[in-house]
Amino acid sequence: MTADLTEVPSGRGVEPRPPVRRDAPADHPRPPWRDRLTRLDVKFTPYLFIAPFFVLFAVIGLFPLLYTGYVSMFDWELGGDEHPFVGLENYATLLADDQFWNAMFNTISIFVLSSVPQMITAVLLAALLNTALRARTAWRMGVLLPYVASLVALAIIFSNLFGKQYGLINTFLDAVGLSPVDWQGNWFASHVAIATMVNWRWTGYNALIVLAAMQAIPREVHEAALVDGAGAVRRFVSITLPLLRPTIIFVVITSTIGGLQIFTEPKLFDPAGGSGGGFSHQYQTVVLYLYQAGFQDFDLGYASAMAWILFLVVLVIAAANFFLTRRIASTGESE
Amino acid sequence: MPYRSSRWVMALACTTALVATAACGSSGGTGGTTADGKIELTVATFNEFGYEDLLPAYEAAHPNIKVVARKTGKADDHHQNLFTKIAAGSGLSDIEAVEEGYLPQVLSKADKFNNLLEIGPADVKPDRWLAWKSESATKNGSFIGYGTDIGPLAMCYRKDLFEAAGLPSDPEGVKAVFATWDSYFAAGDQFKAKSGDKAWFDSAAQVFNAMINQEKVGYYDASDKLVVDTNPDLKADWQQVTAAVAKGQSAKLVAFSNEWNTGFKNAAFATKTCPSWMLGVVEKQAGPENAGKWAVTEAFPDGGGNWGGSFLTVPKQSKHPKEAAELAAWLTAPEQQIKAFTAKGTFPSQVEALTSPALLDQTSAYFGGVKTGALFAAQAKKGPASGTIQDKVFNSALQAVEQGTSVDDAWKQAVEGAQKAAK
Repeated sequence: MTADLTEVPSGRGVEPRPPVRRDAPADHPRPPWRDRLTRLDVKFTPYLFIAPFFVLFAVIGLFPLLYTGYVSMFDWELGGDEHPFVGLENYATLLADDQFWNAMFNTISIFVLSSVPQMITAVLLAALLNTALRARTAWRMGVLLPYVASLVALAIIFSNLFGKQYGLINTFLDAVGLSPVDWQGNWFASHVAIATMVNWRWTGYNALIVLAAMQAIPREVHEAALVDGAGAVRRFVSITLPLLRPTIIFVVITSTIGGLQIFTEPKLFDPAGGSGGGFSHQYQTVVLYLYQAGFQDFDLGYASAMAWILFLVVLVIAAANFFLTRRIASTGESE
Repeated sequence: MPYRSSRWVMALACTTALVATAACGSSGGTGGTTADGKIELTVATFNEFGYEDLLPAYEAAHPNIKVVARKTGKADDHHQNLFTKIAAGSGLSDIEAVEEGYLPQVLSKADKFNNLLEIGPADVKPDRWLAWKSESATKNGSFIGYGTDIGPLAMCYRKDLFEAAGLPSDPEGVKAVFATWDSYFAAGDQFKAKSGDKAWFDSAAQVFNAMINQEKVGYYDASDKLVVDTNPDLKADWQQVTAAVAKGQSAKLVAFSNEWNTGFKNAAFATKTCPSWMLGVVEKQAGPENAGKWAVTEAFPDGGGNWGGSFLTVPKQSKHPKEAAELAAWLTAPEQQIKAFTAKGTFPSQVEALTSPALLDQTSAYFGGVKTGALFAAQAKKGPASGTIQDKVFNSALQAVEQGTSVDDAWKQAVEGAQKAAK
């Protein structure tokens, strides 16, 4: 009991205690009750203070994650009376399911079409917002406006713009003598239309994050480069970009996670309002297919297996992005 | 010291409270008893059932009962909630409305609902409703839903477009056009020849649904076996519709999409399969500038049909099934249904209500003052052959044909999709 005293953590805020010699006499008097309470307090209070996050995470994050894994091992029909165990059969079916691979292809295609232009535009936009603009704050707040707008309202407006027969964009194309595009039926055109919605909403948000990082770059570095005769472009490529690396990695990873889980935009883009992602699934994403399997066909086991595969794919692609972004951002000469 | 320990206690209390709320945050009472000893019945509906005035009237007549209405905006959300709570085993209302389109899924879980023949009032028998309506809510002798409204099918058409194309547009003359599906599609060819860029109907799926609704056997046979690839009637309907699409008869507008709405304003198509509730949709979408141009006729190719309508069910989860069934029986009685019809236009499915003057005398100024109540009451008696309508898989496949997929590929897509969905 007494030896425990030495193991009291001396973290921040805890007053250092005099060391107790190990060879202290064994008949040392028991510490009074209050002292023991204090010890417990010091030991456990920090954990209690951080507990709310972990408890919440365990209940609404970790538990569903693990339970989804459990459900994916069963032939689990929503509302069914029994759920026979099928092992990895759901996964086997999934990997042989054309519709799943089609959904995976669509998801990655929409992800690439949205993330790549989005990142490039966001960095350039941030560079512009970082210059001595008139009414700077207004501009900076302005790029955030699309993010504030309701996603559902946005998707409905964009679906109207991209209407095939009466949409504004096709009317415009027609007016300038180009042939109208089938934004619904053509798979590539529909991916572009959905990616446009994503870009419109997220570019400004990402630009602001990059801008914040840009402003944290010390002026001295730029000044030194200026003295050395570096032009604006050279300074941007050799100083700004490499120093933005941690931020760009952060933005790329968050947009990877978000982009691979895209759901609302393709769901609302479907004029019939279903979860099929177009009449021949030409823009059905993985999460949309997951939703269809789970809540339209009531096949929760299959949907859960899909959720896990998607989780693994997100991990792999996020890791790949991490290394890729590190390489790209470290080609600057400052490294 | 006291300061420190109180902080410790507080942190503990907070965490405990948090765990407690997270763990049991969503426990809600269902169909219990109120504080003053009344029986509480909950009624879950979607869209508009027209029960706003009826429920207080029931409470007034039954002092020991308190009715709580739960209304959901969209049918989709309502039914998703229904299926999820059946799965959860709790949380359902004492009375749950079910729409016709979701009825097969509900019937496959018929054991989760009370047989109203057993728990309902003895004098309320299936013959209160049109025979096909009651039959569609019966499985293995268990009658699980009292019918509320229906959607008898008629035909809507643009008089001005008919005249421009040289087709008869008066109520008697159009009967020849809409006599059979053959005469309908033949008139479509004639129409296309005269009025180039206008289409004959709005979308293939809307026509196909009405056709399949008239077949004795639709997607499933009597023993619930999927027969899409072997049912010759279904294939014949498919070929007839896709052939019409190939000749440009379809406006290729997905029903209820924004483009479809615009199509009404632009007079993009000349005919529309019209369940009773569709008149309101046409009036709203075509707008006042097109008043008097649309007409509705009881002549419907090859007979009649039905599209839409709902049932009131009493799930086994209900704590007061007898009282709930009594309320459901009262709400679906002819007198009450007529009141709901007057309030929100839900077309009655009760035999007796179909002869009510309030129904028969209803007219529509927008459709040229025609007696719509009598017209649809006549259609209601024809009824559908099977209850099958609105299949997502086939709707998508027909859309694919309209967007240029070959008829054979789309047929393959439909059959494979249906087989996958039925698995």
